[in-house]
Amino acid sequence: MKINGSKILIECLKKEGIKHIYGYPGGVVLNIFDHLYDEKGMELILTRHEQAAVHAADGYARASGKVGVAIVTSGPGATNTVTGIATAYMDSIPLVVFSGQVPTMLIGNDAFQEADIVGITRPCTKHNYLVKDVKDLAQTVREAFHIASTGRPGPVLIDLPKDVTTGMADFVWPKQVNIRSYNPTYHGNKWMIKQSIQMISKAKKPVIMAGGGVILSGAAKELKELAEKAKIPVTMTMMGLGGFPGTHKLSMGMLGMHGTYYANKAVQDSDLIIGIGVRFDDRVTGRTESFAPDAKVIHIDIDPTSIRKNVEVDLPVVGDVRNVLKDLLSEMKKHKEQWGAVRSSWLKQIDKWKKERPLEYRFDKKIIKPEFVVEKIYEVTKGNAIICTEVGQNQMWAAQYYHYDKPRTWLSSGGLGTMGYGFPAAIGAQMACPDETVFDIAGDGSIQMNIQELATAVINKLPVKIAILNNRFLGMVRQWQELFFNERYSHTGLDVTPDFVKLAEAYGAVGLRAATPDEVVPVLKESLKVKDKPVMMDFVVDWKSKVYPMVPAGAAIDEMIFDEEKKTPKRKLKAVK
Amino acid sequence: MKHTISVLVENKFGVLSRVSGLFSGRGFNIESLSVGETIDPAVSLMTIITTGDDRIVEQITKQLNKLIDIIKVVDFMEIDHVERELVLIKVSPRKSDKAEFLKIAEIFRGRIIDSGTQTFTVEITGDEKKIAAFIEIIKPYGIKEFVRTGKVAIAREGLKKK
Ligand SMILES: Cc1cc2nc3c(=O)[nH]c(=O)nc-3n(C[C@H](O)[C@H](O)[C@H](O)COP(=O)(O)OP(=O)(O)OC[C@H]3O[C@@H](n4cnc5c(N)ncnc54)[C@H](O)[C@@H]3O)c2cc1C
Ligand SMILES: Cc1ncc(C[n+]2csc(CCOP(=O)(O)OP(=O)(O)O)c2C)c(N)n1
Ligand SMILES: [Mg+2]
Repeated sequence: MKINGSKILIECLKKEGIKHIYGYPGGVVLNIFDHLYDEKGMELILTRHEQAAVHAADGYARASGKVGVAIVTSGPGATNTVTGIATAYMDSIPLVVFSGQVPTMLIGNDAFQEADIVGITRPCTKHNYLVKDVKDLAQTVREAFHIASTGRPGPVLIDLPKDVTTGMADFVWPKQVNIRSYNPTYHGNKWMIKQSIQMISKAKKPVIMAGGGVILSGAAKELKELAEKAKIPVTMTMMGLGGFPGTHKLSMGMLGMHGTYYANKAVQDSDLIIGIGVRFDDRVTGRTESFAPDAKVIHIDIDPTSIRKNVEVDLPVVGDVRNVLKDLLSEMKKHKEQWGAVRSSWLKQIDKWKKERPLEYRFDKKIIKPEFVVEKIYEVTKGNAIICTEVGQNQMWAAQYYHYDKPRTWLSSGGLGTMGYGFPAAIGAQMACPDETVFDIAGDGSIQMNIQELATAVINKLPVKIAILNNRFLGMVRQWQELFFNERYSHTGLDVTPDFVKLAEAYGAVGLRAATPDEVVPVLKESLKVKDKPVMMDFVVDWKSKVYPMVPAGAAIDEMIFDEEKKTPKRKLKAVK
Repeated sequence: MKHTISVLVENKFGVLSRVSGLFSGRGFNIESLSVGETIDPAVSLMTIITTGDDRIVEQITKQLNKLIDIIKVVDFMEIDHVERELVLIKVSPRKSDKAEFLKIAEIFRGRIIDSGTQTFTVEITGDEKKIAAFIEIIKPYGIKEFVRTGKVAIAREGLKKK
């Protein structure tokens, strides 16, 4: 029996087990939306902006490990998704985004609301398609989900001309996908794995550097086993947070530009780096020529392009992290090293660094320090929340002062650094995990980039907690201006911001404010009581707070600067209010 | 270093822009590009000439491999191979030089494929050196027009590593 393209699309989504779709309607997707109207067991969540639809699908994907789905209309609907797609692409998040398109007859004619979205998203999707015949639709959708979720995951876009959504065809769901030109390598080379055991047993000062790949591959358990067995200290990239328990004795927290002193020290001093699902981003390596000068590097990654991209690698292992670690662990059983004895002086050295310069900030009785808020969020949630973040200082403090013990509890835009990501992502995460507490740790700047989503959260009764670290500045940029541009605060002061409490109330959400440190915990506790609507909390924090430690641009990662303000004379600040 | 990269691709629309986008997106130039169907009409072969240090080209070939529509990538830098290019050149020698010009074309095994009252069109195939040498020699005879197909390359028997 022939059915139309819109119905085929919905049947495909059912086959993929999709329950939530984030989207926004428009002319050329009217047919699809019309069919969604009657669909039971599949919910379309109307966001208030297409960018937010994609971020929400992304948050859903990061929190659940499933593929996130969004549907938007052609032209402006499609172009509005670009930031969302690029965000997911940079962080390797599996999404399938459907965009409507003008009828095939009109493509290329500058038709009304036509945009060449396949051309526009080519460099920021893992793959994309323009479906030209309804007969190809099911096959295309099947391939898209396969490509998005396998190998190194990523977003896939499918452009659907209007006539494809109305055209008739038989619905045939392909039993399997076979793309001859797409065969990711899942298992590491056996010889390489044996070799890496040799290197690990020879190493005196090894460090594991765990990244987003650990989370994407679901390898937290294997990673923990490896670290504990071979007694190797672990540092995580920002994307790797939660891949190894932050409260574990072997954890050194995050490394890199705003990493801990001890993580950066250990990496620089190490004789072996085991990079696991990391891409050696420049925020992590600092000046590459000075990165870990004495270390040999083992690099486990599923994507050959990540290997030798930024740093030289002595032993590449191409494969899925989980598989490779499993093989590595079983190979390790054959070795009889007394790992504890081998590593004791190295672990002692790391403990010394940990004591020398722990993560710390100056508490103040009168002014709320932003780090304090994050610390209290950790306390009141007992470390069990899903934390989403915006971008800037708020993001870094959230990375530093909350300890992530489980994967998929830290959702942050790392690669693209997209302000406005956190709140819609929190909406997606809350839908994926209705029983979890979901926070968006936000900046007063970033939150305004997708604040309209309060409506989405209210109507869907989502108890997302937004904690705005309100410093009245584009703080991260201001920090650079203070440190490197003579305190010339060019266009970083947010002199007019809405009253966030009133704004929340205007949307039908709960608004709360804390202006002094002793109000912080009561406000947080109050927010946890709300179960059926979003809560927006305005924490009026010290605008002068900076993120430390910090590695200046172009420096080696052990050339960190710290909060030495007490030692330097107070400087006159220009944009004080 | 100049690299000759051959890329086997699915014969689908948009593939060329995926490939060229990889180069342009990184600010690299494609010096020459030729595309043609293979025996299997569903598959095309692209031959790309580009210049870059080995690390950059390694990154490019890995990225090419990663594109979904790409079946196989070969960098001929590491492989014993033969290369050819075809060039059509319209030349207008003076009357007195005509004989000499035709002689040179013959030496290079050029074929005259068109002639008029003013011009000859020569077809010449060869590797880079031969074509460069030919062009150099006939320049004084007056080149009017000039088109080249871009290089194509094929491995010698057994795909021996150099
Ligand atoms: C303001 C700001 C400041 C920042 N500061 C820092 C900082 O101080 N420190 C820091 O670390 N980051 C920081 N970042 C984040 C940084 O930009 C990068 O996003 C991050 O370092 C990348 O992490 P990653 O290397 O783990 O790679 P990801 O982007 O998570 O990539 C994952 C890697 O794993 C591989 N992979 C995926 N799936 C698998 C699998 N199944 N098996 C094997 N491999 C797989 C992929 O191929 C890829 O190479 C900051 C970002 C912002 C916006
Ligand atoms: C969409 C977007 N535009 C610009 C930037 C550059 N940028 C990075 S951090 C930042 C400031 C963020 O301000 P706010 O949200 O208030 O966070 P804070 O640093 O003050 O915590 C800016 C403008 C960005 N990352 N994303
Ligand atoms: Mg701010």
